[in-house]
Amino acid sequence: MTIHQSPEAFGYDAFLRAHQSKEVLRFITCGSVDDGKSTLIGRLLHDTKQIFDDQVTALQRDSRKHGTQGGEVDLALLVDGLQAEREQGITIDVAYRFFSTEARSFIVADTPGHEQYTRNMATGASTADVAVILVDARQGLTRQTRRHALLVSLLGIHRVVLAINKMDLIGWSQNRFDEIVAGFQTFAAPLNFSEVRAIPLSAKNGDNVVLPGAAAPWYEGVPLLRYLEEVPVKSEERAAAFRLPVQWVNRPNSDFRGFSGLIASGSVAPGDRVTVAPSGKTSTVARIFTADGDLERASEGQSVTLVLADEIDASRGAVIATSDAPLTLTDRLDVRLFWAAESELTAGAELWAKVGTQVVNAQVATVHRRIDPETGQAGPADALAVNDIGDVTLQLDRQIAVDPYAVNRDTGSLILIDRATTDTAALGLVQTKAASAKTAPSQVETTAAATPEPAARSGGFLAGIKRLFGG
Amino acid sequence: MSAAIAAPARTRLTHLQRLEAESIHIFRETVAETENPVMLYSIGKDSSVLLHLALKAFAPGRLPFPLMHIDTTWKFREMIAFRDQRAKELGLDLIVHTNQEGLAKGIGPVSHGSEVHTDVMKTQALRQALDKHKFDAAFGGARRDEEASRAKERIVSLRNAQHRWDPKRQRAEPWHLYNFKKRRGESFRVFPLSNWTELDIWLYIEQEKIPIVPLYFSAERPVVERDGQLIMVDDDRFPLEPGESPQLRQVRFRTLGCYPLTGAVESPAATLPEIIGETLAARTSERQGRVIDKDGAGAMERKKQEGYF
Repeated sequence: MTIHQSPEAFGYDAFLRAHQSKEVLRFITCGSVDDGKSTLIGRLLHDTKQIFDDQVTALQRDSRKHGTQGGEVDLALLVDGLQAEREQGITIDVAYRFFSTEARSFIVADTPGHEQYTRNMATGASTADVAVILVDARQGLTRQTRRHALLVSLLGIHRVVLAINKMDLIGWSQNRFDEIVAGFQTFAAPLNFSEVRAIPLSAKNGDNVVLPGAAAPWYEGVPLLRYLEEVPVKSEERAAAFRLPVQWVNRPNSDFRGFSGLIASGSVAPGDRVTVAPSGKTSTVARIFTADGDLERASEGQSVTLVLADEIDASRGAVIATSDAPLTLTDRLDVRLFWAAESELTAGAELWAKVGTQVVNAQVATVHRRIDPETGQAGPADALAVNDIGDVTLQLDRQIAVDPYAVNRDTGSLILIDRATTDTAALGLVQTKAASAKTAPSQVETTAAATPEPAARSGGFLAGIKRLFGG
Repeated sequence: MSAAIAAPARTRLTHLQRLEAESIHIFRETVAETENPVMLYSIGKDSSVLLHLALKAFAPGRLPFPLMHIDTTWKFREMIAFRDQRAKELGLDLIVHTNQEGLAKGIGPVSHGSEVHTDVMKTQALRQALDKHKFDAAFGGARRDEEASRAKERIVSLRNAQHRWDPKRQRAEPWHLYNFKKRRGESFRVFPLSNWTELDIWLYIEQEKIPIVPLYFSAERPVVERDGQLIMVDDDRFPLEPGESPQLRQVRFRTLGCYPLTGAVESPAATLPEIIGETLAARTSERQGRVIDKDGAGAMERKKQEGYF
């Protein structure tokens, strides 16, 4: 059992330490309209005892007014909080939900299934460790399933749960389950998932969500929640090269000068050689300052302030990286965009790009192609419309430091901002040089990978590039 | 700040470590990208955590923004004492703003009801203060787990020149990339505690030994019952029924606000571990103690659209 025990059962101290030492898993749920996403999350919240009495009272009242379960309590209404959503019976925006067990805390991004809300799903997926893709067992794989799986793959999620829901409505047929799983595996073969875990379940009844479902004795795997409690978290990010985008230079007095930021990947210790991009200057880490005292080592996910041994110039927007694997420097970026604005994007468009901790001017040099959201196949295009996924080249007004998105989700991502509306117009993934060269033979200019510092052009830099691009 | 060597970093970060790091990142991004930020300080436990995180984000430097408390004049007396004491201890730059027009008209929760009082003395007061000081970003301690419409709120949330929130014009907020571009007159509400739950807040307060208002701990307090809520009679402005007198009950508060609008819960929990144990076993959500959430379905979403924090 994974629901919370009472503190009296094993003492307050052990109880507190257990909760204070838990890890977190962030996951996204996606699926078509009526696949039961919101019901599934409602079920997870309900069965892990996150739902309170007054919320149940409100739920019973709301179920009578807006419910789709014929007067029965509609768990989906726990999640669909906005009035417009309740009235229309749909989810129109990313909602974040929270629950915890004795093993882990969970942050769930519940994203809408409608085609016009692609950007919301991309947003939810951008910080998720695992994707739970729902399939209605009666419908099988749909166009939406394919779109969602592709999107999840594009955004760099490697672990997927194929949650085949509403199994109770097809009599828990193993044949039907196997058929859907086989279909998904064929479709997903090129999508680079490291794991696809298929689970037959019923969100409405709760079978195989938190507790095993007695109705499907042929299923030998674990329930969904158990999988989510045990799947590894952030192992790739921890193992990657050290990167710290500088947010803020902390200079309270003439004796202290530190570079504050959230470590995007890897780890760092005093004595490590680091290279600051874009200046290319190198130094050694002298201290890792935190308000709780200096650290002997800090890793991915920690907010720290680095003090360097040398007085080198670095300001907001710079990235401090291990000298063994510096970032790519370029003023021309090949980017895969999720276009979210109502206006069309064409060559010549001028926008702001926020990359890491800096905002630069970006002009669209070329729109190359549009990606078919179901097949992943690229087709030629010279414009992107709302909810299109496509590849463009951006010309920036200065050199910036980036990694390919496939290598680092934080130093390889950007947003484009509309200069007139100031809205976020697109989500962008920095593509590898190799990939753009392969798929765009006509393209004359490719991303420049250069650094002005002779010291950084040594074997260390080349070795780093090879590591980055898998060369 | 202590120069002691802290324990070596674990290879795997805890949930609380990740939440702390994310919040610190949000503080630093906002301060770097806005011109005149302020932290809304409501004196409650979430504000205490918010302040603690802000101090960590800019250590060893000073807090690079002021705190502002919107004082409706109906807060618990212990809250005001705690506020002034913390401001003094930490050397904080604290702004206290009260809607003077509302005060002159005698607007209060007892005479005018929770809806009018909250609108005039909180929502309008906040708009006045933000306009007066020309703040372009205001940190608040709201969490997504508090209420359904908050679950869809962004961490960096745009408000128009009239301080209104438009749930249909929310910006995508992927990765750790926050868009701080805005048009003239617009401003941001920034919620560094978005991804924290009530349990996380309590666990963190215990772990970090963060001072909080004593009203959170159980004690004998004078209360009367109103519409199923236990209301503490904190001063002589509270109208008692003929023959009614406050009863001493063993109570504590799960949230703090204006005392006539804040229900107490009967509880023996007088220590943090006991409160945390109770939180886990709780059968009612913390907002139940807030009268304003019951002003009808969608009440919070509507108040937020009008500029309530």
